[in-house]
Amino acid sequence: MSTATDTPDRTAGRPATAQAPAGRARLLRWWPAAVLLVLVVAPFSAVPVPGLLDGPLGSAGSLQLLATCLLFGALATGYDLLLGRTGLLSFGHALYFAAGSYATNLFLLEAGLPFALATVLGMLFGIALALALGSVSLRVTGIGFSMVTLAFAQAGSILVSRNPGGVTGGEEGRAAPSDLLPSSLVGIDNTANLYWIALAYLVLTLGVVHWAVRSPTGRVWEGIKENERRVEVLGLKPYGFKLTAFVVAGGLAALGGIVHLLLTGGSTPQTTTSDFTLSLLVMVVLGGSGTRWGPMAGGILYTWADHRLGDLAGSGAVADLPAVLRVPLSQPLFLLGVLFVAVVHLLPGGLARLPSRLRAASNRKETVVS
Amino acid sequence: MSTLVLLTMTGLGLGALYFLVASGLSLIFGLMDVLNFAHGALLSIGAYGTWWAASGNLPGAGPGGAGFVLAVLFGTAVGTAAAVLLELAVVRPLYTRPREQVLATVGVGLAVPALLSGIWGSDAHPFPGPEALSGTFGLLGAQVPVNRVVLVGAAVVVLVALRLFLGRTRHGLVVRAGVEDRAMVTALGIDVRRAFTLVFAIGGCAAALGGALGGLYFGSVDPRQGTSLLIFAFVVVVTGGMGSVTGAAVASVVIGLVQQLANYYTAAGLGDLAVVVLLAVLLLIRPRGLTGRLA
Repeated sequence: MSTATDTPDRTAGRPATAQAPAGRARLLRWWPAAVLLVLVVAPFSAVPVPGLLDGPLGSAGSLQLLATCLLFGALATGYDLLLGRTGLLSFGHALYFAAGSYATNLFLLEAGLPFALATVLGMLFGIALALALGSVSLRVTGIGFSMVTLAFAQAGSILVSRNPGGVTGGEEGRAAPSDLLPSSLVGIDNTANLYWIALAYLVLTLGVVHWAVRSPTGRVWEGIKENERRVEVLGLKPYGFKLTAFVVAGGLAALGGIVHLLLTGGSTPQTTTSDFTLSLLVMVVLGGSGTRWGPMAGGILYTWADHRLGDLAGSGAVADLPAVLRVPLSQPLFLLGVLFVAVVHLLPGGLARLPSRLRAASNRKETVVS
Repeated sequence: MSTLVLLTMTGLGLGALYFLVASGLSLIFGLMDVLNFAHGALLSIGAYGTWWAASGNLPGAGPGGAGFVLAVLFGTAVGTAAAVLLELAVVRPLYTRPREQVLATVGVGLAVPALLSGIWGSDAHPFPGPEALSGTFGLLGAQVPVNRVVLVGAAVVVLVALRLFLGRTRHGLVVRAGVEDRAMVTALGIDVRRAFTLVFAIGGCAAALGGALGGLYFGSVDPRQGTSLLIFAFVVVVTGGMGSVTGAAVASVVIGLVQQLANYYTAAGLGDLAVVVLLAVLLLIRPRGLTGRLA
């Protein structure tokens, strides 16, 4: 009988929370604002975070890693607009990210445009690309859609690596021209500014996604995810709604590409590959697809783990291990791949579902005890 | 003329390689609705298994003659075993959740190349092969490398074997019926899940053979090879119509030839582009692929 007690337990637990001080409950609701405040002031602090980061919190190296984590948290959140909110499995999200990065970079380098204009044009280019390719690929559904997006992204990747006319820099990518960027965004002393930009991008993405899924359009997306045919029967055309989701997600990815350009000081062909999209997929599923904070948490965790596991591989503790353990531990991608398979098997719904599962498990234990 | 012959043979060799990967991929997708992202990893396992055996690590196997045949058999067997393991350990527990099955294979597809490069390094290793297969022969005035013919021959053998298996045996009948309508086959009291392991074994066997012979074609093995072939194999599967082995055969020949010819006669890299554009155009005109199967 213990399995059937799941729902009654939750209702039974409700009066207890209602009795808790109302002030505390209200304060708890503001935890994102508190976290945001901590993140905003982080560059001014010199608190060491042993284990999590190499240097103190406010050091350039730590800020760079944190900014990358925030950037990928935001990217995963934007990608989930397709995967978790509309049910579209796109394998070509990297294309729009890379488009933002490369287009802005080329507007700066080749056309010599001022920085502000180049970013706006780069962003517009990303949106236009998403609109054009999205309108084509959404004409097929299901796995066909995944394949067409993969094909387009692969075409983009080939184009970049073949280096047409020497503009994309081929395998080496292209460094952003530091003399054309605002001086406050260049150099190791200004890492804090880049960190704030990444943070602002994360807040913007979370805001856009939150607002969009609560809008009437967002309701239709949810309907499409659950049952596309029923939406059609209701007299709505899913195509336009899906295209909207695709373009919004593509635009957010393009903006992320611009942030990445500033953060890493250039565009690299690695961001165009299908592996890049797959890593976004891993982030979203790891954190919990279709939840508000899950994709962000997954993106931050993945990026952090990817960087720190690389350090772990170089550390003495791993180097002394026997080969059977050392070889797998020295490959961050292997560990992440295995972790991902484990999450898919053991933790459906990702990390975001973990608290409620733990609660359900402890509730069940209490019922058994009583 | 001789250039055209050489290009055609190379295109056919590449197409054969695509077919070896795509045939299993197509069967797995047709029967189970699982897009197997770990299929490239199976190919890499086959390639590394053969390379490891042919480099003198397996007693009796070697780079020449019967030793090389043994090495190829060893690599193929390892790849088949890996495919069965993949189905039993990773895919089967997620039977009720098709989307998670795809995601789990994505994880395996990331982990296996990383493990391979962890063990043997991320650089390419030269692939040992018998003298007889590294030479060329004259055909209509062109000097064609022998390994192209070996690949095409292997692909034809696999195609014929698959056709015979699907058309003449009871297990093949179950697989074909499952591709058409899985629910109906289950309703008739046949355990389709046993066929799942079977198609994974067949697919893994073909992919691993592709890896072993692909080593001859490329002249080297590296951990990324499988993944880059996988994308074109996807293109072949979708173009040929999912679940159709014959469709995959036709599509792989078309894709291999278009890619080679366009790469040579226009700018390098344009052939790869042409192939993916071809896929997009085809899907828009005929969303169900060349053979009209459900996509």
